[in-house]
Amino acid sequence: MLAKKTLARKGTPDGRAEDRRDALGISGLSLAVGTGERAIPLLADVTVRVGRGETVGLVGESGSGKSLTARAALGMLPRGARATGGVTVADVDVLAAGRRQLRDLRRTRASMIFQDPRASINPVRRIGDYLTEGLRARGVPARAAAERARDLLDQVGIRDPKGAMRRFPHEFSGGMLQRVVIAGALSTEPELLLADEPTTALDVTTQAEVVGLLKDMQRVHGTGMLFVTHDLDLAAAICDRVYVMYAGRIVEEAASASLFAAPAHPYTRALLEASPSVHGEKAEIKAITGRPRALAESPSGCSFRDRCPLAGDECAGTVPAHRPHGTSLVACVRPEQVTP
Amino acid sequence: MNAGDLVDTGGSVNAGGSVNAPVLSVTSLVKKFGHFTAVDDVSFELMPGASLGIVGESGSGKTTTARILAGLEQPTSGTVALDGEVIEGHSRRARLRHARRLQMIFQDPYSSFDPRQTIARSIAEPLRLHAPGSRKEHQARVDELLDQVGLSRRAGESLPRDLSGGQRQRAAIARALGIAPRVLVLDEAVAALDVSIQAQILTLLDQLRRDTGISYVFVSHDLAVVRYITDTSIVMRHGRIVERGETEQILRGPQHPYTRLLLDSIPSPDWDLDRVVQDRRALDLR
Amino acid sequence: MTLTIPALRARSAKRRRRRPLIVSLAVAFLILVAAMGLLAPVLAPHSPDATSLLNSLLPPGAEGHWLGTDSTGRDVLSRIMYGARLSLLAPLGVVLLSGLLGTAIGLLAARAGGWADAVLSRGMDIVFAFPSMLLAMLVVAVFGPGLTAPICALAVSYTPFVGRVVRSVAIQEGTRPYMESYRVMGFGELWVTLRHLLPNVVPVLVAQSTLAFGYALVDLAALSYLGLGVRPPDADWGSMISQARSAILQGEPWSGLLPGLVVLLTVVSVNVLGEHIGGSIGRKQSEGA
Repeated sequence: MLAKKTLARKGTPDGRAEDRRDALGISGLSLAVGTGERAIPLLADVTVRVGRGETVGLVGESGSGKSLTARAALGMLPRGARATGGVTVADVDVLAAGRRQLRDLRRTRASMIFQDPRASINPVRRIGDYLTEGLRARGVPARAAAERARDLLDQVGIRDPKGAMRRFPHEFSGGMLQRVVIAGALSTEPELLLADEPTTALDVTTQAEVVGLLKDMQRVHGTGMLFVTHDLDLAAAICDRVYVMYAGRIVEEAASASLFAAPAHPYTRALLEASPSVHGEKAEIKAITGRPRALAESPSGCSFRDRCPLAGDECAGTVPAHRPHGTSLVACVRPEQVTP
Repeated sequence: MNAGDLVDTGGSVNAGGSVNAPVLSVTSLVKKFGHFTAVDDVSFELMPGASLGIVGESGSGKTTTARILAGLEQPTSGTVALDGEVIEGHSRRARLRHARRLQMIFQDPYSSFDPRQTIARSIAEPLRLHAPGSRKEHQARVDELLDQVGLSRRAGESLPRDLSGGQRQRAAIARALGIAPRVLVLDEAVAALDVSIQAQILTLLDQLRRDTGISYVFVSHDLAVVRYITDTSIVMRHGRIVERGETEQILRGPQHPYTRLLLDSIPSPDWDLDRVVQDRRALDLR
Repeated sequence: MTLTIPALRARSAKRRRRRPLIVSLAVAFLILVAAMGLLAPVLAPHSPDATSLLNSLLPPGAEGHWLGTDSTGRDVLSRIMYGARLSLLAPLGVVLLSGLLGTAIGLLAARAGGWADAVLSRGMDIVFAFPSMLLAMLVVAVFGPGLTAPICALAVSYTPFVGRVVRSVAIQEGTRPYMESYRVMGFGELWVTLRHLLPNVVPVLVAQSTLAFGYALVDLAALSYLGLGVRPPDADWGSMISQARSAILQGEPWSGLLPGLVVLLTVVSVNVLGEHIGGSIGRKQSEGA
């Protein structure tokens, strides 16, 4: 593992960290809580890149570390956690940034949307206060901020934005409230939007609308978006590229289109085969044995090997390095057996 | 299991017992909470060995319907009949007869067990109530049930908090199967599980239905899951049934605009969000 | 973000198991007091009732009386030992009775709900608001002195103290889905309540009862001090303090101070233990099942 930040950056393949135009650059990020022998690893060597205006999916099951990765992008680490590697958001080195710098970053350059909109809005404050808060903190005058907030509410499809400003969160449905949260997240024109399962708590039809809105807003504002989800179909449907995470590591990176047609990692393929689909002919699903694991409880070598149908002796020795296969970058020693 | 079996499940409707009599028939079910009508004139039948999906979003009345079936809510009007016998009254006898024929699996496998009891004890408890026998017989039956749902004996000796979500849901299924009900109502039973675990539970349920001839009422918001596990379905919205029929047919040629909206809302590689907007408009116009 | 990693859980579990020194001391003292009461006939150096006017009001340590003698020359240590029997048994009776009543009423209120809950809860509020000592004194006034009447009176007035907590825990636990799953399986209400709800209630019941034991000990000692509890020649610590009143005025405080000190230490020990039990339940609950 690369201990020094500078080393990690140099070690990034094809010098991606040097691309100054990226909205988010995470390179070789490792995270652990505790120290010495009792340290519990959470993430290992995670490299994620989100270009400006790009939509990137981060897909995984519970314990995969997908939410941890997204939070690390804003410098929100679990208590007592130590991070190595590099995290850059819009040219700000997040891991080295001080408290004040992080606050500025979250206020202006990067926003985050969470799964449950009710948990992320103060229930006793009006929608108008919620939306203008961030703008006022940046020094926008009250009247201009209110005008901008109304504008945003209109953009996210809230009827009667003027009236909505005076209402309280409980007067909105989950879907409508998530629209308000999206309006709030975009109010500061961020370069990076981190969306952590933003539609999981919503109904299917509402999910489609909210996702449509997110995509539209992102297109208009040119925001880079990291979309964290457990839903491979959803990620593939809206993202340009997708990272698949398992047990605290990235196991595959691919363009969305090719991920479905030609998964390169056994885990990606197993996930696809395990999900029933409404499209095409009714097909059998194949369950994956065992259960998803966190990094701390995964086996040595390839984390997936105890559940992998293709695993052999060579999978146990070392963690497989990322290698290109087809259009994917995959951490598997024999991707050709997954998709020839 | 192989692919051939799976496609044939539609034909195994008559697997268990009498051929023509429905094992469950629900007639004109209405449930009101104050002025709010949660379930509005819902009727359906379930044949032995068949699997029926109840599809809907939050507020559709699907969960209330399931709870009425399980006897956890009393309908305002309408009847539920099991094996042709209308369920009436709360007498202890009536509740026992009801429980012996119909069991329910809840969404949250984390809290459907007494946290202080081992899984094996929790599974043995309803056995003692419904199938009198010696301690040894019950122990043997528990082992058999654990085996049937793919749990080790060691998992049986564990407390609920030491098992994963998927294992707990298996245990819940084992506990319900112990009573040997004719109908199993599953309320969003796989919604809280990871994809890889969800597939394990779905294939298990599929296998159990073919082995035992049990019937399912599968309540879910997830059309893909419903497609896998059911033969026929009803689609509910605002407490009413808006569409019913064979699940495959509903998916291929949805008749009601709401069903179309549901289908188009499911993400896919060639997802067309504009179509969702159109569907919504068509639905609002009705 | 919650981290549920086994190693983390195990580590915090280890930290929890360490018991504070003060709790160990309290437990040791309570065991000592209970053993004194149980083994009084064997351990007591003198008969508790043997009077000797020549040896009255001896200071501690004098002439084979480790803790001295009272105004009629009775050995204070022996009397404290014998007195422990009634002083501990009477509050135990109060705690058992109020625990039984409180659990029954609390569970009934929680499970029945509706108007039954409203009636029972308001009833408990009324009893709770009524001073326990006043109730006990009224009962003694009606039935005459002796221990039975005050024990019953205190048991009634402590019932809400237990019942209210039992009710709130039972309501909280009763909404858990597993309770519903038992109903679906055809189990009766009584079975679910006794087999699955009651075990959840036991820990808080123990914690509340321990605290109640301390209060009852003080209340009963006060009643005895007022001459409304134990009747002579039986002795408990309260009556010992009462009988030492004139001696204290004469400037010979030992025969009254020592039983008072024992009462104080016992009550403090019981409270420390009760707080500890209650605290560890709280920690377990906040950690989640």
